[in-house]
Amino acid sequence: MSPTAVHSLWTTAAEPLDKIQAPDIEYGQLAPILIVVGAAIVGLLLEAFLPRRARYQAQVTLTVVALAASFAAIIALAQAGYGTTKANVAAMGAIAIDGPTLFLQGTILLASVVAVLTFAERRLDPETHGNHIDSFVAQAASVPGSDSEKSAVRAGFTTTEVYPLALFAIAGMLVFPAANDLLTLFVALEVFSLPLYLLCALARRKRLLSQEAAVKYFLLGAFSSAFMLFGIALLYGYAGSVSYARIAEVVDGSVRTIDPALADTMGNDALLLIGGALILMGLLFKVGAVPFHMWTPDVYQGAPTPVTGFMAAATKVAAFGALLRLLYVVLPGLRWDWRPVMWAIAIVTMLAGAIVAITQTDIKRLLAYSSIAHAGFILAGVIAFTPDGVSSVLFYLGAYSFVTIGAFAVVTLVRDAGGEATHLSKWAGLGRRSPLVAAVFAVFLLSFAGIPLTSGFSGKFAVFKAAAEGGAGALVVVGVLSSAIAAFFYIRVIVLMFFSEPKADGPTVAVPSAMTSTAIAAGVLVTLVLGLAPQYFLDLAGQASVFAR
Amino acid sequence: MNPVNYLYLAALLFTIGAAGVLIRRNAIVVFMCIELMLNACNLTLVAFSRMHGNLDGQIIAFFVMVVAAAEVVVGLAIIVSLFRSRHSASVDDASLMKL
Repeated sequence: MSPTAVHSLWTTAAEPLDKIQAPDIEYGQLAPILIVVGAAIVGLLLEAFLPRRARYQAQVTLTVVALAASFAAIIALAQAGYGTTKANVAAMGAIAIDGPTLFLQGTILLASVVAVLTFAERRLDPETHGNHIDSFVAQAASVPGSDSEKSAVRAGFTTTEVYPLALFAIAGMLVFPAANDLLTLFVALEVFSLPLYLLCALARRKRLLSQEAAVKYFLLGAFSSAFMLFGIALLYGYAGSVSYARIAEVVDGSVRTIDPALADTMGNDALLLIGGALILMGLLFKVGAVPFHMWTPDVYQGAPTPVTGFMAAATKVAAFGALLRLLYVVLPGLRWDWRPVMWAIAIVTMLAGAIVAITQTDIKRLLAYSSIAHAGFILAGVIAFTPDGVSSVLFYLGAYSFVTIGAFAVVTLVRDAGGEATHLSKWAGLGRRSPLVAAVFAVFLLSFAGIPLTSGFSGKFAVFKAAAEGGAGALVVVGVLSSAIAAFFYIRVIVLMFFSEPKADGPTVAVPSAMTSTAIAAGVLVTLVLGLAPQYFLDLAGQASVFAR
Repeated sequence: MNPVNYLYLAALLFTIGAAGVLIRRNAIVVFMCIELMLNACNLTLVAFSRMHGNLDGQIIAFFVMVVAAAEVVVGLAIIVSLFRSRHSASVDDASLMKL
């Protein structure tokens, strides 16, 4: 690159500026996102101005109403045809409103409503000092075991800030799969990650574990987002733009006007390959794919269980949405380079997730490794690189998220004196003591294992079918093998629950309020409906599988 | 001066930051190394912005600064709360959860 190719920015800046055009923002199409952001800000104000006693009620109501309103806006947009015929790029090219966007946003919102219900549960622990207590710490700033913590508990404080934090995270997740330029992608990533780091640190019981989980998640998350940002900078250098459409043109070589600087950089494949790889790395970290999965078990174990469920479901949906858009819209011209890499990652992820899960003794860690294995299965659908691949991934994400939230909600119910009894040995004989809870958990485990008549089977079938048709037959073989390995440890938990003697000092099963019951019931319902009659939802995902560009 | 040199400098800074994250044991220092990586990204963006003659890279650099500031707020809160409960900010000591 010669110095003469360098533009002189200051000469243009010295000339009088033309009238700056105000951007056109399609507020209607952005309504789902704007409603959630608005509600989050109102939630912050409630936190500042309402008396402590009134906050819980107000925050929960606000959050659920906002999520429902946002979902209604999604339905309205889908009815108006924005998912199919009127799919377009809004907000001056920053946000794509198309089928995958609306489908994933809808999934995220529904999963979030269910997750927020588990956040709001206050019946699991007995009342202390006459106050209901939930899963979140009385006062996050107080040192665990200190006098200030005890007085905060005695005063009945609760961290109602979790609801605005969750809303901010949800807003970021809504933008993430819709982002149509790299800057929006990065900002959305941070907007949903930062609140999640905080939520992880807010467990009421086992606070040291919770804080440790938050530190690990934060440091690794910030590390991976720095890599992603460097990738963004390199891709920007390669294409001279951060817009997805523009980068795709430059990658294809179909770009119309080439100035000398662009001619210089677009000949440099190192920029493109390293940049693309680093961005993929950032997304695969959020997805929890091997070898970027190291944070998953620790964070899932340490975080408050309702937050774990929320994170496991909604983050995965958002991150896979962004991954799909990046691979299908920005880098299709590079697929001969990324497909082999993704093949390797998918195989390692499926096998490592399934095999390491066998050795786990903690139910939350077990579910964490299971989520890693599931990330591998979904990656198989991503690799297919066909419209069927997209729709199968969309369907799988929808099916998986509700099962996950339901399973973690069941984990919150099984308790002993120290809070949740997450060690697997404590679950022995649960089926004798409370058959209903054990049966529900068994349904979720069977769905994770992909047994027919559950949503897990329909999802896996769709994904593997798409992968086989997309020319990834070997991947399907590995997928089925690791499903068999995974089935072993799911069945082992079921056997443990139903066919071993309950221990004398075993945990008790708390009777939840209507909120957690609703969350679990939603999980069971989705599992069975998507397992028994998946066709309508497969069609829906099929219609929603075309990206706007 | 040829702006490509700034890219080399930025890559060097980024590598120093990444190595620091992997080597250092104090959570605060690890976090400082991450900030160094973000700033290396900024330098890359601004250098490319100059080469391409458009302002996108400079605008992104501003966004990155805001994001980095937000990250400091969240990160220091988490690290300080960990320090207060353990009297240590070493990432090696934080190992209650093992396989």
